[in-house]
Amino acid sequence: MDRDQGGSLVNVTMTVNGAEVAADVEDRTLLVHFLREAAGLTATNVGCDTTSCGACTVLLDGESVKSCTVLAAQADGHDVVTAEGLAMRGAGEAGGGELHPVQRAFRREHGLQCGFCTPGMVLASVSLLQENPQPTEAQVRMGLEGNLCRCTGYHNIVRAVLAAAAELAAEPGEPGEPDAAALAAGPAEVAP
Amino acid sequence: MIPAPFTYCRAASVDEALALVAEHGDEAKFLAGGHSLLPLMKLRLAQPEVLIDLAPLRELSYIRDAPGHVAIGALTRHHDLEHSALLAQAVPLLAHAAGQVGDPQIRHRGTLGGSLAHGDPASDLPAVILALDATLVARGPSGDREIAAAGFFQGLFETALEPDELLVEVRVPKPAGAGWSFQKFTKRAIDWAIVGVAVQGTSVALVNMASTPVRASAVERALASGAAPRDAAAHAADGTSPVEDINATPDYREHLARILTGRALEEAATRAG
Amino acid sequence: MSILGTRVVRTEDPRLLTAGGTYTDDLRLPELAGALRVTFVRSPVAHAGISGIDVKEALDSPGVVAVLTAADADDLPASDGRPATEPLLASDRVRYVGEPVAIVLTEDGYQGEDAAELVSVDYEPLPAVVGVDAALAGTSLLFPEAGSNVVRSGGGPAPDGAFDGCDVVVERTFPNQRVAPVPLEVRAAAATWADGRLTLWASTQNAQQARDQVAGALGLDASSVRVITPDVGGGFGAKIATDRDTIVVAWAARRLGRPLRWVETRNENLLGMVHGRAQQHTIRIGGSRDGRILAYHLDIVQDCGAYPRFGLFLPTLTQLMASGVYDLPYCGSSFQVVVTSTTPISAYRGAGRPEATAAIERAVDLFAAEIGLDPAEVRRRNLVPPDAFPYTTPGGAVYDTGEYAAALDKVLAAAGYPELRAEQARRRERAEVVQLGIGVSCYVEITAGDYSGGETSRLVVDGTGAATVYTGSSPHGQGHATAYAMLVTSELGIPMDRITVRHGDTDEIPRGVGTYGSRSLQLGGSAVHQAAVEVREQARGLAAGLLEASEADLELDLGRGTWQVRGDPDTALSWAAVAGQAGPAGLAADVDFKPASPTFPFGAHVAVAEVDTETGKATLIRHVTVDDAGRVLNPVLAEGQRHGGIAQGVAQALLEEVRYDPDGNPLTGTLADYATITATELPSFELVGMETPTTVNPLGVKGIGEAGTIGATPAALSAVVDAVAHLGVRHIDMPATPLRVWTAIREARS
Repeated sequence: MDRDQGGSLVNVTMTVNGAEVAADVEDRTLLVHFLREAAGLTATNVGCDTTSCGACTVLLDGESVKSCTVLAAQADGHDVVTAEGLAMRGAGEAGGGELHPVQRAFRREHGLQCGFCTPGMVLASVSLLQENPQPTEAQVRMGLEGNLCRCTGYHNIVRAVLAAAAELAAEPGEPGEPDAAALAAGPAEVAP
Repeated sequence: MIPAPFTYCRAASVDEALALVAEHGDEAKFLAGGHSLLPLMKLRLAQPEVLIDLAPLRELSYIRDAPGHVAIGALTRHHDLEHSALLAQAVPLLAHAAGQVGDPQIRHRGTLGGSLAHGDPASDLPAVILALDATLVARGPSGDREIAAAGFFQGLFETALEPDELLVEVRVPKPAGAGWSFQKFTKRAIDWAIVGVAVQGTSVALVNMASTPVRASAVERALASGAAPRDAAAHAADGTSPVEDINATPDYREHLARILTGRALEEAATRAG
Repeated sequence: MSILGTRVVRTEDPRLLTAGGTYTDDLRLPELAGALRVTFVRSPVAHAGISGIDVKEALDSPGVVAVLTAADADDLPASDGRPATEPLLASDRVRYVGEPVAIVLTEDGYQGEDAAELVSVDYEPLPAVVGVDAALAGTSLLFPEAGSNVVRSGGGPAPDGAFDGCDVVVERTFPNQRVAPVPLEVRAAAATWADGRLTLWASTQNAQQARDQVAGALGLDASSVRVITPDVGGGFGAKIATDRDTIVVAWAARRLGRPLRWVETRNENLLGMVHGRAQQHTIRIGGSRDGRILAYHLDIVQDCGAYPRFGLFLPTLTQLMASGVYDLPYCGSSFQVVVTSTTPISAYRGAGRPEATAAIERAVDLFAAEIGLDPAEVRRRNLVPPDAFPYTTPGGAVYDTGEYAAALDKVLAAAGYPELRAEQARRRERAEVVQLGIGVSCYVEITAGDYSGGETSRLVVDGTGAATVYTGSSPHGQGHATAYAMLVTSELGIPMDRITVRHGDTDEIPRGVGTYGSRSLQLGGSAVHQAAVEVREQARGLAAGLLEASEADLELDLGRGTWQVRGDPDTALSWAAVAGQAGPAGLAADVDFKPASPTFPFGAHVAVAEVDTETGKATLIRHVTVDDAGRVLNPVLAEGQRHGGIAQGVAQALLEEVRYDPDGNPLTGTLADYATITATELPSFELVGMETPTTVNPLGVKGIGEAGTIGATPAALSAVVDAVAHLGVRHIDMPATPLRVWTAIREARS
């Protein structure tokens, strides 16, 4: 490949949904494009140019980030989880099949319509609940301020997050504490 | 939507970071959290040829109790400032304001040093640092240099940092009194402040009222001579030069500065008990 | 018990949640292997002649395979030469910032952005035309050969004497401002040209219309074009059929003979995708002091942007719905459509009807304020009564069914209206900084306005007993797959998980209209329902043969999904068995459902806002609605549509506005500047149920998709004005931003 305009290639290796992904990419490659192209995972979407919409949200080392504003090179050596990796391993299943509690709640509460904002919205919600397991409605809305949705009016998204919080609190484990396993359990191995 | 081509390199140590920036000169920019720089680069408003990633410099991420001040590493993320028990107790203004920057995803990446070095008068933390009379520590080829916050912000996106210097630490004096407030006025929670006011005791600093964060000195003088909060706040716009944009006229910004300063002073007084 | 009317979670969701949808830019098909990336070069100036385009430097840029301009478009049918005809790529003139001028085709997308910067276009600036006043003044003409910036007009002033006998007449001019649709998925397309045939994947709401448009533009027979609709990440009217950018991609694929893909940036989307609304309203309303409205006139100036697209027709819909829910002795309207050097205007959630409602609701509030009567009460005194239906309006609409007073009563009760007014009074008395405002709106809207086009459905039940629906409608978030499966299961007893709904591929479904105008359930759903009934009756005949019984003795056990002799479950036949009896193709029915008229959902909203009178900032704290769209098939889906509609309606009232400077430069070209509403500016909504069925279709359903938006905008705006009415404020232009509210308070006080 010829690159004669001052850019160069960099080798980037990261763990995505539990599997190693390595590629030589342009230095300026955004993490979101690395995920969509090199890792072949297209659930993470690009919705804007100004770090405004959150459709590109993934978990980087377990925390929500906007992958359009992270260079793939910055994620080299780090751990990424996308929506595809969130589905839980069902009991006895080799690969993901069972919805993550937050995903389940989104379905039950009709927290998605066209689905474009959903992967980012779900991961932002997962991160929110990790940091604040029992949020109030106001805290949920503030926690999702970086994620735009044009279809749902946010009403059912908020219900979904609160429902997921309640479900996670009720699961076996320390009373009142989220089931850490449920939130951070080994993501399903999804072949890129 | 994507930056112009550049070369990415990573510094394994502060010394290496300084060596790299010396080598590349003004073609190079430091990359911390990237949430001030990368958005500009994606719009091609900034086109550095070399980015020096500081991420490996974990030794620059800390919040430490020190005699009379809290020492904060320049690469400390807004998220960590927001959730720091030490800051909540010792400098709650900073902890609170850090939690107002952007959104949760941005706060997981953005750093204190990155925000301050970027020098945007519409950002929240520069005004907070100014109100706190912090000292910024820059390291260059000839060693460390202390820069008072009052002299750090020199113009729109211009700071006192030399091109070959790296901001390494921010020293925040522990406030004597308990009175503080941060008033951030926006249309939407996610927006940059149309106007913001940071109050620590009787120090008042303004967000987005000039080409740098500014102290509302006329307000401070009025307070010192015994004026009540709302009366002192009437001077909030003195000496400022607010811009006109799609959200506000200069008139409106001046009005907001007065109202928000009054509220901030009242809230600070309530906190001070 | 029928599944219809029950809460059913969506069949679409497991895939969308775990794998993400497959939107156009997600396609990784073998046909698109090696596809080049298309990047547009767009005009950075609002109005200019083009004196030259130099592509040499761009051609030398890494990865560039071709650069195409209008000069290369020698393989297209000649334009009809009418003024205001919109080209594909601009040739000698540009008329809005963002107008496509050239395309760069590269190996990858990053290279495309680099190379596009190197295309050098010589612009000879011309005076921009921004705003309807500038357009009407006509000092600068966008199409000199047309002689005017006015491209259409109609209606007329109120006749002499129309306002005689009114105790009070109020007149006011205000904007229904330009907004941007902002679907989360921007425009995208992919195209291949092989064996004389074009295959186009596009983010569209209407594959069949897109096919016909593309075929016409490229001089092809429709049979030479196949349009496939991947998942679509929101449309809201802005992705109806297709537009010039997508047609350019199709053209370039044919020209180069290589697969191409295109996805725009959000900035391009905010400049290059159509905008909505952009009407200026002058209302005149008169009546008696007891609250009876005697006369109403609405004058509209529609800004249609640089080229007349659907913006040309929006005022006609506004005129049609101008009188709203009110029984008015006189209601008239007039309009002009003007071109300006800005992004073209087209349909956006409501398309002409939110404008009508916003205008008359504002007028009614101004009238109520003038006579000093409660705005809810004034509305009540003028509503079309329940015994007047079908009701023909002065605008010529025939409302099918309506219970406007009941809707108003319900929403006021749910909101606790008297308590709200009491709280407002308390705060006013105490001169509190944070005041309370209550906004009431009553609305009616037209859905399936293009009813004569109908909608198609094919239903097949195959030899395995599975059912496939082929619908002409085209979902982009509305949940048609779930809704139509519910219709099939309710008629045939085939389980939901054995029902597949297909849409959006013109080879599979050559005839269809697609989704807009809140038409899909009433037209597409009725077609599915009818097809299911036909299949059921075909099956009855076959089952009778198999069971050697008469059809009258057979029953379909919906719970089990089996045919049997009545009362004799031992004779049960599966759908597989019956369909297998029909031959290798199974059972099939094709329906083209064409109703006799559109339908008219209606409702009433109450918005409650707090306004900080020192800063002008308004916060919506409650939004209560009645949105009656007839029978509700699936409350989950209906509520979702109402929520989304309300959010967009509130957004227009409080936050969103596309702005240009006087030179036509966009000021809101990114999502940092264009204030799309987020979760923090909205409360949870309070929805009240009400179902007044229509007789227009067998399902009794009207359209719900746009109703929430139509009712929400005037209620939210009114709440903000109401919060500061006691300070002397009668009106605030939309959007009621803090600056506008503060300015209104200041002006009222001075």
